[in-house]
Formats: sequence, C-alpha cells, structure tokens
Amino acid sequence: MSSEKRKILAIETSCDETAAAVVENGRHVLSNIISSQIELHRLYGGVVPEIASRNHIERINQVIEQALKEAKVTLDDIDAVGVTYGPGLVGALLVGVAEAKAISYARNLPLVGVHHIEGHVSANYIEHPELEPPFLCLIVSGGHTNLVIVEDYGVFRILGTTRDDAAGEAFDKVARAIGLRYPGGPEIDKLSREGNPQAISFPRARVEGAPYDFSFSGVKSAVLNYINQQNMQGKDIPKADLAASFQQSVIAVLVEHTIKAAEEFQIHHVAIAGGVAANRGLRNAMQAACEEKNLRLYYPSPIYCTDNAAMIGAAAYYEYQKGVRHGWNLNAVPNLRLGEHV
Amino acid sequence: MKILALDSSGMVASVAVVQDGDLLAEYTINHKKTHSQTLLPMLDAAVQMIQLKLDTIDAIAVAAGPGSFTGLRIGSATAKGLGLALDKPLIGVPTTQALAYNLYGAAGVICPIMDARRNQVYTGIYTFTDGRMQIVEDQIAADIRQVIERLNELGQPVTFCGDGVCVYQEQIKAQMQIPVYFAPAHLNQQRAGAVAALAMEYLKEGRTQTAAEHKPDYLRVSQAERERQERLKREAGLL
Repeated sequence: MSSEKRKILAIETSCDETAAAVVENGRHVLSNIISSQIELHRLYGGVVPEIASRNHIERINQVIEQALKEAKVTLDDIDAVGVTYGPGLVGALLVGVAEAKAISYARNLPLVGVHHIEGHVSANYIEHPELEPPFLCLIVSGGHTNLVIVEDYGVFRILGTTRDDAAGEAFDKVARAIGLRYPGGPEIDKLSREGNPQAISFPRARVEGAPYDFSFSGVKSAVLNYINQQNMQGKDIPKADLAASFQQSVIAVLVEHTIKAAEEFQIHHVAIAGGVAANRGLRNAMQAACEEKNLRLYYPSPIYCTDNAAMIGAAAYYEYQKGVRHGWNLNAVPNLRLGEHV
Repeated sequence: MKILALDSSGMVASVAVVQDGDLLAEYTINHKKTHSQTLLPMLDAAVQMIQLKLDTIDAIAVAAGPGSFTGLRIGSATAKGLGLALDKPLIGVPTTQALAYNLYGAAGVICPIMDARRNQVYTGIYTFTDGRMQIVEDQIAADIRQVIERLNELGQPVTFCGDGVCVYQEQIKAQMQIPVYFAPAHLNQQRAGAVAALAMEYLKEGRTQTAAEHKPDYLRVSQAERERQERLKREAGLL
C-alpha cells in the first residue's frame, strides 16, 4: 500500500477560479490548471457570484481535460476524485461538486469532498516534502483568517479566527478606497514597497479575552476615516505611505499572534497559507520573526497560495488515506466549518 | 439509440432513460429544491433498477434552460461530468420545448409558462402538425400580458403547462378570449422522459454538442450585468 502511487483528480470552484489538478500521493503535482475570472469581476470591483458560477460551468470541462492532458494521464489512471465542497459561494461550489460527482459516479471512482481551508493548509505539503503535522498554520485569504494547530492530517485545533473582516477582505476594501484595482491585496503589497510603514499610525486590534482572535474592521475604518479627513482638509492622500502603514498594522497582528501561539504551544514548525500568504510584506515579517525565535517557517509558492486545485488534491489524498468517502448526495456547504465533516 | 436525460430546471428533479421508442426508466420528484443532493442518487436508482451499463448510452440530454440558474447548472454540470467521463455527446434541450413535448399531438397551441419572477414568465408557443412539434414563438422571458396578447392574436385554443400556471391561472382565464386548457398533473411539469424523447429527435438530426461546449441558456443576463448595462445606458443618455 505504501509503495503504491495514488493519483487524485482534484476540482476547485469555490470562488472565482475554475481549477483542476492531478496530484500523486498528496505531494507530487502532475498538473495544476487555473482559469482565472479576475478580469471579468474587475468591472464590478469584486466577485459577482452569479457571474462566477456562469463562468465555472463554461470552463470546467476544458480545465479538467487540460489537467488530465498535462499530467499525461486519463481517467483510467485516476484513483479518486477530490472536490471542494465548502466553504465558498454556494452557486460556484455547486458546479464543481456536481461535476466531480458525475465523473466519479460514471467511472466508479471514490469521491472525496474537501474543505477549502484544509486545501490551503495542504498547499504547504506540495513543496515541503519534510513538512508533517503537527505544525502551526496561519491561514489568511480574502474570505478567511484562521490560526490553527494542524494536529494531524485534516485534524485542526482552531486557536483563533476573525471576528469581522477577513484579512484579505480588509486589503480589498482599503485598496478600493484609494483607487487600486481589484483584487486589492497584491496592489497594496506592491505599492507599500514605495511607502513608509511608520508614516501613519493605524490601530493594531486585539480582541479582549481571545488572544488569538483577529479583528480587522477597526483598522479598515481608521483608514477610511483618515482618507475622509484628508479629503475634507483638501490634502492629497499619500497612497504609498497609507498602503505601507495599513499593511504594516495588519501584518504586525498576524505575526504577533502566530509567534505567541508558537511559543505558548511549543511548536517549532510554522506555516502560512491562503491568498494573503503570497504577500511579500507578510512573508518577510514572518520570516524575520521566526528566525529570531528559532522557528522554521514554511509557505507555498504564490501559485499555490491563490485558489488552486493542486492543494485540494493534496488535502484529498490524506482524507482518502483515512478512508473518507462521500456519497452521490454530497452537497455544497457554503459555511462549512474547518474540521467539520458533512 | 439510448439517451439518458436530466431535468433540474425548476422545482422538479427528473431523470430518465429512453431507448429508441421506449421509456426504460423515469424518476421524477416534485418536492423540494435539493437537486444537488437528489439528482445523482435518483439517476443511480434508475440505472440500478434497469441494470443500465452507462457506457452503452449514445448521448446525455439535459434541460438546458430557461429555469432556476442554480438548478440549470446542477443539471448541466452533472451532464457535463457524465459526458466527460463517458466520452459521450450532450444534447441541450430547451426547457420549454421539453415541457411542450409532454403534450405531444395536442390540438391548438401549447404554451408552457414557467414563473420567472419579476412579473415575467419563461415561455414559448408550440404546435403539433404532421406529428412534429413546430415552434411558433421561440422561448423567451416575457411579461404574461404580452404572452396573452400574442395567444389571443393567434386565435387557436391554448393548452398551458408549467409551474407558471398556478401563479397566472386566474389572469389567463380572465384575459384570454379563446378557449384555454390547463394540462393535468401528469403532463404539466418537467419530465426527463420528455427531454429524452425530444433529444432523440435532436440526435437523429445530429444536433449534439461536446460536453465541453455545452452551457445552460438562461435567457437572462445576471442581475449585476443588467444593472451595469442600465447604468451605462443612463450615463450615455446624460452625456
């Protein structure tokens, strides 16, 4: 069994990327195809669920066929089908779930539903063959902010989560307020390299009684207030300084919570995951803090930080190995909680 | 020729298998809109009951719209997945055509109406002549008053079917100037048997698609697109 190679066809359609991948034994990516809809949603300043769903259905077969072709396999070589079934946009998720179920049904293949965030965490396995649980993981994206201990594959102890906006959401809203295009995270990251992170003082929110929880609506409001004040006084907005100062205030909290948890729980391996894990400012700050505390930091390449199906294939493999199988009645669960199995 | 058909365009979830002139299996549920959980188990039940080998089918047919956007995508994604996995062509059957086909051979005109909200129905007007269905008006999203007006103009007795009937029945009775009939329970809703039977005609005519190229025909743009277009129009008008 251990020497056998298991190939999983993975499908991800939880938001605005139509993605498919073939992954061997959870770590070896044979193909990773992503059809991004960012340009379509940019017209609206954010993801429009109905447009996302419509584009998923128009692209999904081509994306899957390309994933099989690039991996130089056919469905005959596939051992299981993995699919994101939550959390995410329900209409978008449903396209991937219905497609994955039909393929696995028609080919009599095991079906493994995967939690999107478990996918993000598992992105770290792809390029770090030595990384195994337990480790600490900070998951930061446009929809999620979680600090968890990965106790075993697919087993999470949630230490903290956001009370309001996700970190990436705050990035997008601030970016929009200073006229940067969607998605705002990478734009802020780029612009902040030209600014002074100490130029403007924004709050670094902590949640009383919950040392590992996050809150980003306060800093977002502070930024919006600052912009209004500048406008009322007829002053220019120092965009690069604002971006750098805002980014710094978010990153400081993310890093502080993560390091504190690593120390309290005596965990020496720290990973970051999710779209915001591609943020250079976060990577650099986390790297510096980890080096200072003698912690080993792991993060995926940017292509595995963004929504992709390779990470779903990685997560699906470990669920598959544990014996997880879903039935033909698998549904999309838009609010699926991490560690919850439906 | 064997066709497997799906319809999840409305409240009904329905699957069927037709071989040439025979309906081998049909499973229809008109209960709750939980198509994501029910459609594939229903298909599996039908397949097992008739011991169908999936690789023996010639095409997969699906009610391709109009209908509930999400429902259409569940049906289409299921059909596309089956088509990809089995390497079989797809046949997208317009939903209102399949609804009208329930009433094969009826005299006068057939007018399926599906509740489309926003005071509209998805509809089309069909007749049967020489044993074939003819399209008088192709399917469209329209105000029920326009539909009634057009039917009065045509001047032939009308049989209505579809889930719009319960919404607009009184208005239809009040405003139609010609005899109207409402299809009975077993003929007035989506049935995959009708999708499959009509798809058989499409298949004979070579009107198939690849699984990759198939997509639903919503007959409507998304709300965000509509609002954006309206805004652009307003702005153009102001300039």
